Amino acid sequence: MSLLAVHDLAVSRGGLRTVEGISFALDPGQALILRGANGIGKTTLLRTIAGLQQPVAGGIVMEDDLVAYAAHADGLKAALTVAENLDFWARVFGGGSVAQALAAMDLTALAARPASALSAGQKRRLGLARLLVTGRPLWVLDEPTVSLDTASVARFAQVVRAHLGQGGAALIATHIDLAIPEAQVLDLTPFRARPGTAPARLPSGFNEAFA
Amino acid sequence: MSIWEYANPTKFMRTTDRLLPWLVVGAVIGCVAGVVWGFLTPEDFRQGSTVKIVFLHVPAAMMAINIWVMMLIASLIWIIRRHHVSALAAKAAAPIGAVMTLIALATGAIWGQPMWGTWWEWDPRLTSFLILFLFYVGYIALWSAIEDPDSAADLTGVLCLVGSVFALLSRYAVLFWNQGLHQGASLSVAPGERMSAVYRYPLYLSMLGFFLLFLALLVIRTRTEIRRRRLAALQAREMRA
Amino acid sequence: MIALLRRDLRLATRAGGGFGLGVAFFLILCTLVPFGIGPDRGALAPVAPGILWVGALLSCLLSLDRIFALDHEDGSLDLLATAPLPLEGAVAVKALAHWITTGLPLILAAPVFGVLLQLPGRAMPWLLASLLIGTPALSMLGAFGAAITVGLRRGGMLLSLLVLPLYIPTLIFGAEITRRGAEGAGTATPLLFLAGITLAVMALIPFAAAAALRVNLR
Repeated sequence: MSLLAVHDLAVSRGGLRTVEGISFALDPGQALILRGANGIGKTTLLRTIAGLQQPVAGGIVMEDDLVAYAAHADGLKAALTVAENLDFWARVFGGGSVAQALAAMDLTALAARPASALSAGQKRRLGLARLLVTGRPLWVLDEPTVSLDTASVARFAQVVRAHLGQGGAALIATHIDLAIPEAQVLDLTPFRARPGTAPARLPSGFNEAFA
Repeated sequence: MSIWEYANPTKFMRTTDRLLPWLVVGAVIGCVAGVVWGFLTPEDFRQGSTVKIVFLHVPAAMMAINIWVMMLIASLIWIIRRHHVSALAAKAAAPIGAVMTLIALATGAIWGQPMWGTWWEWDPRLTSFLILFLFYVGYIALWSAIEDPDSAADLTGVLCLVGSVFALLSRYAVLFWNQGLHQGASLSVAPGERMSAVYRYPLYLSMLGFFLLFLALLVIRTRTEIRRRRLAALQAREMRA
Repeated sequence: MIALLRRDLRLATRAGGGFGLGVAFFLILCTLVPFGIGPDRGALAPVAPGILWVGALLSCLLSLDRIFALDHEDGSLDLLATAPLPLEGAVAVKALAHWITTGLPLILAAPVFGVLLQLPGRAMPWLLASLLIGTPALSMLGAFGAAITVGLRRGGMLLSLLVLPLYIPTLIFGAEITRRGAEGAGTATPLLFLAGITLAVMALIPFAAAAALRVNLR
């Protein structure tokens, strides 16, 4: 049984389709890396799978409450400490241990610091540590390695692999090569939506309805 | 053939293209004839010549309320069935409704000066219309503030729903707050309170004229909105390609 | 939900949270009004109920845009939307947090401001009762307005334009209770109306606000 199955999915941004006809499945222990030029719709696809927006066509089959989503913004509060930030998300998601997550992302020494005092890379690590405390199996990650140094990227790859080893899965949009040998790669370029070919049955928004 | 076919922009444009001249002619005839006939009516024994403003005031007030109801229905159709023309029709109707509300308020003030001796009174009906005007302004401002047309249609739809409830609530709250001077409904069906037929028929005619005027303006404005959307869509497609 | 409430309260009370600004604004307003109207007790006392209610309403308005805007900027709102907590619940909790940090201090400070404006002593309990019943509706309607305008760059002005008309029924009944209290007249009817509005708002508005948030997160 797959954690996530996507078939013939089309997504839209700003009332126009970006990518269409996407199908894949993710089983426990698998990772899929999305590639494609800027603006092709990686972020839109990830947000659709995370449930933040509706697909235009096709289907997403998965159980509720599986996804832990991480995007460009880390959802950190500058006035709270590192541990408080993480503790909040752990409580909201009812998930795992804060101490373990801090240790995994090498943040234990910074636990009592306010988040406003962190560097960009440290904030990013804290944002990724949040994935661990959600306790959710399917990680949907949008450019997770932005502002991370080489050592942190390697550490992050280890964390993802450990997650896969425990039966989790990950869907990652990234431009760099992560050291995750078990990951498959999906290039979105062939799936770019072509204007006029989409069935007019259900326009994805104002721009398609009137063009 | 179902009524929803008219929600297709192309079909809507084609149909209204034929309909529009008739609407414009009807609106002009109705408004001009109604107001002129109204002007030729005899003077009222109590209100004198001021009674004649009623042929502008009452139709405008009626349309001010009905246009909001139309916007509510159009918003519901958009929210439930996602017909894009419906959302644009609600958008196109709002400024017309706001102007009708202003006409009702202004003619009311002009009439109120000689009759009540004041331009403005915090009477329940007047106050309700002022509140209605505020709702129109908020709705129009929200439409113009949001760039993404889908989000704008959704958010203004939700605002229209909530606003309708609160406009109605305010109407009754205001009644509780102040009992007021305004006379009762002009076209009450209760016997003895009816307007004399001399005034009633020209009033009916100018109401019909105002209604057709609204339809004509609505069609013109909706067509403009559709063309604007078409332009934006083609530009977006060009940029994407 | 409790975690969200605790976080919002903690954020509001820490540095930069803006806690107490509403009360300070209310104080300034109540100081300015006598300068505009004149120090005469006979002139101030009749308008005091209205001024106090309008003041409470404006102070409440001041901090509305913070309800969702900050969470939207730093991405927390996206994460909350994917959390097991229903978005309607999150809206209700955030409105409650807004009420605790804005409405409650206003209520506690209101008797002092009532004295400043020469509000008759016998109206005081009615002022408190009406604020206690009415201000939760103000916070909840404000959360709705904040949800609608959350994605906009200059949402603040628009927020006031959208929310203030929605405040009219609450203002009418709230001020009426206080006025009748000052005159020693019966207050049961407006009190019941006000409670009815607040309960209906608390029951229904979270759904509208959550729908608006979902649209803005797309």
